[in-house]
Amino acid sequence: MAVCIAVIAKENYPLYIRSTPTENELKFHYMVHTSLDVVDEKISAMGKALVDQRELYLGLLYPTEDYKVYGYVTNSKVKFVMVVDSSNTALRDNEIRSMFRKLHNSYTDVMCNPFYNPGDRIQSRWALLPVSASSPGGPYFLCPYPVQVGPTSCVRSSPGGPYSCVRSSPGEPYSLCPIQSRAFDNMVTSMMIQVC
Amino acid sequence: MADEALFLLLHNEMVSGVYKSAEQGEVENGRCITKLENMGFRVGQGLIERFTKDTARFKDELDIMKFICKDFWTTVFKKQIDNLRTNHQGIYVLQDNKFRLLTQMSAGKQYLEHASKYLAFTCGLIRGGLSNLGIKSIVTAEVSSMPACKFQGTMQKGVTDTPNKMFQWILCHRNGRLRRLTKPNIILKT
Repeated sequence: MAVCIAVIAKENYPLYIRSTPTENELKFHYMVHTSLDVVDEKISAMGKALVDQRELYLGLLYPTEDYKVYGYVTNSKVKFVMVVDSSNTALRDNEIRSMFRKLHNSYTDVMCNPFYNPGDRIQSRWALLPVSASSPGGPYFLCPYPVQVGPTSCVRSSPGGPYSCVRSSPGEPYSLCPIQSRAFDNMVTSMMIQVC
Repeated sequence: MADEALFLLLHNEMVSGVYKSAEQGEVENGRCITKLENMGFRVGQGLIERFTKDTARFKDELDIMKFICKDFWTTVFKKQIDNLRTNHQGIYVLQDNKFRLLTQMSAGKQYLEHASKYLAFTCGLIRGGLSNLGIKSIVTAEVSSMPACKFQGTMQKGVTDTPNKMFQWILCHRNGRLRRLTKPNIILKT
């Protein structure tokens, strides 16, 4: 159960950072920032004996009283930093490794996404999909995320799950969302809910 | 295997598509080559991320070049680079004696000057792969006899843009060669 997951670019700025308890986020941002020094130390030539130079997984970077911080560096010098709750003693090294593997797979998918420019922040946007215009009241759009229900929108459930409909004026453009970034977001969410 | 022909045919169409949609004057000043190279760059970045996902960490530059020559080339073109030469000071020459994207063209002198169009994407591929692995480079290609070709990569170490450095990139085709012409650098020594 990760408490905070961060993806840092090779120039050491964050591409993606998210933590579960949304209050006191700054504390995790600071933790991730300070862990970058430890990451650099581990991958430099000085620490030859400390970690196997050929492995991508760096292991435990440093423990604090409440949290443990783990690191992973890809071959393209992108760093993944994961902060886990210390009280969860059942988390073993292998589980952390597999979580990093999944994260790396999702990151590779983001990289191969043609709508993603390398170096940009990894964001997911809302998706608006068109529905048939036969429903009364004009063209409705299905949105797979809940929108605020107001005078012009209604909630409708469909076979794919609860969707909400938002009415739009004719001619209003709808945007395609970068699917891969949403998959990345979902992957991170699942990692925060449970150990995978 | 049908999948080998897929990329070959797509690549040929890509080159002719870029040239067909070129505006006035773009063919002469090399914009089409640049477009193809930039396409290859982005593809190279994504490909390298996927291919290095499971490999061990690279020790140094030579290790990275060996990876490009062996694993990367095998995965993309189903064969390895035939010859890798280096001067150990940042210049690497990759020689492919039977470059996959050129085998379908006749082996004589007839299409030599057009060969550079078909190498631009691959130059970008190499450059994108190296850039994602942390190496800034300039990759050029040269064909002396089809279908053999050489890719030359010049690694740039610690390039800092000082205001008194002048670089100019001019790509021109001459007998099937992509040439890089640079203006003399004026570096003030303090």
